[in-house]
Amino acid sequence: MNTFATKFSTTSAVGQLRKAQKLAAEEDEFSDAAWGSEAGFGNVAKGAPSFTVPAIPDPAAFLRLHTDDHADPSCRIKIQHGTTTLAFRFQGGVIVAVDSRATAGSYIASGTVKKVIEINPYLLGTMAGGAADCQYWETYLGMHCRLHELRNRERISVSAASKYLSNLVYSYKGMGLSMGTMICGWDKTGPAVFYVDSDGTRLKGDLFSVGSGSTFAYGVLDQGYHWDLTDAEAQELGRRSIYAAGHRDAFSGNTCNLYHVKEDGWHFIGNYDVSKMHYDGPGNVPGAPGHGYGYDIRVEGRSSANPPEASS
Amino acid sequence: METSFALTGKGYVIVAADTTSARSIVKMKVDEDKIKTLSPHLLMAYSGEPGDTVQFAEYVERNIRLYQIRNIYPLRPSAAASWIRRSLAESLRSRKPYSVNLLLGGYDTATFDPHLYWIDYLGTISEVPFAAHGYGAYFALSLLDRYHDPSASLEEGLATLKRCIDEVSKRLVVSPGKYKVKIVDKDGVREVEL
Repeated sequence: MNTFATKFSTTSAVGQLRKAQKLAAEEDEFSDAAWGSEAGFGNVAKGAPSFTVPAIPDPAAFLRLHTDDHADPSCRIKIQHGTTTLAFRFQGGVIVAVDSRATAGSYIASGTVKKVIEINPYLLGTMAGGAADCQYWETYLGMHCRLHELRNRERISVSAASKYLSNLVYSYKGMGLSMGTMICGWDKTGPAVFYVDSDGTRLKGDLFSVGSGSTFAYGVLDQGYHWDLTDAEAQELGRRSIYAAGHRDAFSGNTCNLYHVKEDGWHFIGNYDVSKMHYDGPGNVPGAPGHGYGYDIRVEGRSSANPPEASS
Repeated sequence: METSFALTGKGYVIVAADTTSARSIVKMKVDEDKIKTLSPHLLMAYSGEPGDTVQFAEYVERNIRLYQIRNIYPLRPSAAASWIRRSLAESLRSRKPYSVNLLLGGYDTATFDPHLYWIDYLGTISEVPFAAHGYGAYFALSLLDRYHDPSASLEEGLATLKRCIDEVSKRLVVSPGKYKVKIVDKDGVREVEL
């Protein structure tokens, strides 16, 4: 161990932080019985989880300078912003649907992004905002959900998992994290959806949509939603809403990934191309309308003209 | 924020606009009519920069009327739309342009079909089956993609409009309270209560 060196070598912010952590670790005495398990107080003993931040006076300003936060097109790092994600609770579980487009400014960086993060077989997280932030912290959340299982011999509730994440991102508030996510799953209480964002907001609810295309998704989702939807109807509604956003929002599109969470955990329903849905529909799947979703395709052959009987 | 909708159906156009007139954070008036009747079969909903809106709408109204007095027949919807667009485009290239967004709904008595034009302050024109201006468009357009039917009866059309208004009231933070709804069809222009 180079404790001596780190304890007395530097006065930088990182050094200070390390020193404080080291001292806390060394000076907190626990009995041998608590060793390893930390007697179920693992999370309490070390305080809130933390990691080192750049050794400069203002990390948030540093991040802002090097990302496109202030709409500077010449910046080095561009963060993925445009997205449509949605999740809703209904009689048959939870539907989670997302698009798959990643944009960096006006450039489509990828059309095959997995925006649903499979935290564990009973928990899903969605990705909007910074792709790396969501991916990293939701995977990290997955680790802690597993630790919770090992410590308490039962699965973590969706409520507790989402609160862990919201507390975690809140501890980094103002430091440039950017995420808007829905934590969805099935626990003792049944199906559950929580919205968590990097402001520290955490909301329990039946229906959420997040991202630049969310307004377009809401337009279809709200009008078609009710609690007693059948599984097929619910899946179709999720798909149709993502299509609507993929069609109207320039920063969303490519394909739709659809998940259904039931009592036995989540199921991946399918991946649907937005252009295919526009012209041909989602294919031979439960709830499909049998034609394309596109307006011109849907109303083909219908007319607004009403010539009087005599003249026609 | 200001929101207006319009949609076509079997032989009619429905035009709806919110009735609030706001200045800064204050609602100055809650029963303002922002839909002008330009001719017996032509309606125009206007929104945008306060002051410009009414000035431009009245300018259009008087010129459309002048045409009818001079020529006995009124302009057909497509001709009126072209003239209005050109006025806006010329204004845009002047010292002080009008910042006005329009929805122009008309019924063509010669061909028996309804027409709807979406026009913005830059002079963009587009003939569409349904249209919206303002923040409401972000919610209504996807909804209309899903629910609009160009061959719908008037009752069905009004039900679809109601969906739009309900959705905007539900989701938009600064949603308008009341809307004025007008219809143009073969019988001319009339106002309806939703």
